[in-house]
Amino acid sequence: MRHVAVIDYGMGNLRSASKALETVAQDAVIEVTSDPEQILKASHVLFPGVGAIRDCIAELKRRGLDEVIYESAKSKPFLAICIGMQALLSHSDENGGVDSLDLISGNVKKFNDHLERDQADFKVPHMGWNQVQQTVSHPLWQNIEQASHFYFVHSYYTVPDDKSVIAATAQYQHDFTAALHKDNIFAVQFHPEKSHHAGLQLLENFINWDGQS
Amino acid sequence: MTLAKRIIPCLDVDDGRVVKGVQFVDIRDAGDPVEVAKRYNEQGADEITFLDITATHHDRETIVHVVEAVASQVFIPLTVGGGIRKLEDIRRMLNAGADKVGINSAAITNPEFVREAAEKFGSQCIVVAIDAKRVSEEGEAARWEIFTHGGRKGTGIDAVEWARKMVDYGAGEILLTSMDKDGTKSGFDLELTRAISDSVMVPVIASGGVGKLQDLTDGIKLGHADAVLAASIFHFGEHTVGEAKQQMAEQGIEVRF
Repeated sequence: MRHVAVIDYGMGNLRSASKALETVAQDAVIEVTSDPEQILKASHVLFPGVGAIRDCIAELKRRGLDEVIYESAKSKPFLAICIGMQALLSHSDENGGVDSLDLISGNVKKFNDHLERDQADFKVPHMGWNQVQQTVSHPLWQNIEQASHFYFVHSYYTVPDDKSVIAATAQYQHDFTAALHKDNIFAVQFHPEKSHHAGLQLLENFINWDGQS
Repeated sequence: MTLAKRIIPCLDVDDGRVVKGVQFVDIRDAGDPVEVAKRYNEQGADEITFLDITATHHDRETIVHVVEAVASQVFIPLTVGGGIRKLEDIRRMLNAGADKVGINSAAITNPEFVREAAEKFGSQCIVVAIDAKRVSEEGEAARWEIFTHGGRKGTGIDAVEWARKMVDYGAGEILLTSMDKDGTKSGFDLELTRAISDSVMVPVIASGGVGKLQDLTDGIKLGHADAVLAASIFHFGEHTVGEAKQQMAEQGIEVRF
């Protein structure tokens, strides 16, 4: 029986993520939880989130969930979304600089928000539907067309040290990382739970994933 | 490859039903919010905005249930505005499945509320809604002021300065409504839209006055808006979101199909 734990650490809207998972996997158990035992028992772990990185890391540590994330990110299909993705890197420039979980070596940087008027097409946050260029073949991209639109809302983006972990890019001001993959970890900057068909397909692929690439 | 311009149908919700007030008086019934939202989602809407127009008078439970019901079936971004006054109101809407909240009059009575809200929930979910009305005379340099109470009450606050201030306070997006144009079906106030959009570094949604498809395209090309919001043009089946996108694409605007 597939059992997906959606990690609840008090950051933002988890309802959409759990409802979207329920929609694509009606036979799976979807549990929004902050209970470490439940998360460790699950077959799949979803690490969602919106908000700022300092609060995100602080809440994870306060609830003892950082250890649970280390453990599950090593051992089972693990999907991180948006701030969840950014938290996996070593360090973020947000909030004056925050050390993060360091599961993927690299940094999190901000889009340039001091632009000239003629660059007004690149406002920050990067908010809306942008095309995602898949750079590797991966089970999570199955049945998703190249250059599909996904919904983004963020001001920071990840810059991994090892470029081979990049699974997709998108373009805004410059090319940036839209998805990362490393062993059984997959991480996306966009919100699959808000990206209609393509997003639901990615979530379905995640639930059907065994963690091998 | 670039960020698509967004089309956002707006559902004015009164006691759980979608309505559209024409200049806030003549109200026609356009249906069940869940059904309407599903229809727009199928047509390719990029987001959906709910404006709870009963908010200042009635219990707000109804809109919470509407958002919960829609968010369980429609997987695109949802914004809720109307009667958002406290951090607790925001939390309730986000927990119900909203991605963003629109703050309007509470920002005017207490600008610090916007700062607190952005710090607590992140700028990405804080949309400041601005209702502006032209106050300059013919021949003068154009100037707009913030109005409240459905456009009846002036505040003396300059709209461009207000937009800048709200962004400084943490607004992640501006929903700009021209009170002169709202309900007239004569197109956006393009000069106002451009003035605000060129003054702030966050996305601006143009609203108020859409009567035909070309108005949407003009809002982006001439008004420099990042997104366009409309209600009645879609509610009564005059046009679909898909038709609007087709027309925008023909005129060189990047859209999502």
